[in-house]
Amino acid sequence: MEWQFLFELTINGLLTGMMYALIAVGFVLIYKSTDAINFAQGEFVMIAAIVVAGMAANYGFPIVAAIAVGLLFMIVFNFALERIVLRPMIGRPVVSIIMATIGLALMLRGAGPLVFGAETRPLDIGVPDEPLIWGPLFMTPIDVVGAGISIMFLAIFGWFFMKSRKGVAMRAVADSHMISMAMGINVERYFALAWILAGVVALLGGLVWGSAIGVDTQMAALGLKVFPVVILGGLDSIIGVVVGGLIIGVCEALAAGYIDPLVGGGTKDFTPYVLMILVLMFRPYGIFGKPIIERI
Amino acid sequence: MNDTAGSGGGVKLKIDGVAKNFGGVRAVSGVSAEVQEGEIFAIIGPNGAGKTTMLNMISGFYHPDDGSISFEGTNITETKPSEIAALGIARTFQNIALFRGLSVLDNLMLGRNVLMKTGVLSAFMYWGPAQREEVEHRARCEEIIDFLKLNDLRKTPAGALAYGLQKRVELGRALAAEPRLLLLDEPMAGMNQEEKEDMVRYVLDVNQEWGTTIALIEHDMGVVMDISDHVMVMDMGEKISQGTPDAVRADPKVIEAYLGTTDHKEVA
Repeated sequence: MEWQFLFELTINGLLTGMMYALIAVGFVLIYKSTDAINFAQGEFVMIAAIVVAGMAANYGFPIVAAIAVGLLFMIVFNFALERIVLRPMIGRPVVSIIMATIGLALMLRGAGPLVFGAETRPLDIGVPDEPLIWGPLFMTPIDVVGAGISIMFLAIFGWFFMKSRKGVAMRAVADSHMISMAMGINVERYFALAWILAGVVALLGGLVWGSAIGVDTQMAALGLKVFPVVILGGLDSIIGVVVGGLIIGVCEALAAGYIDPLVGGGTKDFTPYVLMILVLMFRPYGIFGKPIIERI
Repeated sequence: MNDTAGSGGGVKLKIDGVAKNFGGVRAVSGVSAEVQEGEIFAIIGPNGAGKTTMLNMISGFYHPDDGSISFEGTNITETKPSEIAALGIARTFQNIALFRGLSVLDNLMLGRNVLMKTGVLSAFMYWGPAQREEVEHRARCEEIIDFLKLNDLRKTPAGALAYGLQKRVELGRALAAEPRLLLLDEPMAGMNQEEKEDMVRYVLDVNQEWGTTIALIEHDMGVVMDISDHVMVMDMGEKISQGTPDAVRADPKVIEAYLGTTDHKEVA
């Protein structure tokens, strides 16, 4: 019985972890290509879900149409955001970009409910609610679907970055803005592409997480999970994001299963951050990162 | 191949009274020069003479405060680096500027970026015309890999290569763009004798076999005098001499700048 419980927690943790990876990959996309630390990735996820759920609930859109509206909204919104707010800030201190994204995050938390109302809405993307029972294993269908969607899109992204010409160019931009310019790469265009892709990923994250936990401004808190994920897995690759996401997912599940009953609950929510702080204390370059040796 | 008759004859690059200040420092003041089609043109001078600033202005990283630069008759004084690259000017950097995390082949392929048809969506389409184009670009990169003898290093991350090889890859990446003007910023700096000889041979081959016009900055006097058709000497941001290697070598002003004699007449 004991090992079955552990097995179930681990499997469910892995599924949740894949869904965290989906959110973190949006953050990494932007960090890698533009050097900007985006504190609003959680809010992107939230606003995408609010738009989709709001269109469906308030205006009676069928779910597919609502998702299409959400997708269009995220693309246009992030494109405009990059163009109007962030591009003029290129070359300014990193801190001013961070402040801008924090301001943006707070704005989005206000704007979503302002337009669509503040109540918590279910988001039904057609995934059944009855748990999947597979031998001794209990799984929530949306977790399985969410993990599946994550794996699929992370694989597509992986292919895009490793094999496609635009993806290689994007890695080049991430590597060095100056050299990219000398290669005739229009760096600003790739900044725009990075933000747009981050918006699209946020929509996917919003759909799976919205279905799993319901849609309201609380969803923005998911964005904070990005930090332990990237600290643990590293910022360098999609694999790193997956690894980080899986560690956080499993760690949360185990905390919920073993520690919460002893102390009365709540440890699930902060365990990832404890782990993050421990990692920063003992391996400040991340679990998989290499220490940077500076030649003097 | 690019006989722009009527637009200045054989002049590839025309620099006219160019000046650049950084704060109160006059990095370049009032320099004029012409680079002829098909030649190797060298810029030499002591440290801080303004050579790299000159190259940065030609490639669009800096814009002159005064004067103008034109390439094949097109004014590029205020043009952005990415657009200048697209016009057919490729460059290397004094401190190696490879994409360290990318493979040698990817670095070369990115060199061809300016020749690739753009369109963000086409990146997601791997089949059909996009694939044919990809194969074509890949074939040209393989030619350069053969030419520079980088065959075993295709998949190696550029950052993992030895210094001399990185310099060679950087040259390869510039060549991948099939430039009509190639700018080299100290291509032999920090190399040992053997590596230098290799690099000299590559530069000469590029110039002679492919007919590429080359403008380079180099500190190794022997190399410069051997390979250049024309030499421009800069000191303290100004052009102090220009001509064939022999003429420049005999110019008293050049000797003074290099040997640092304060009173030239006394020595002479």
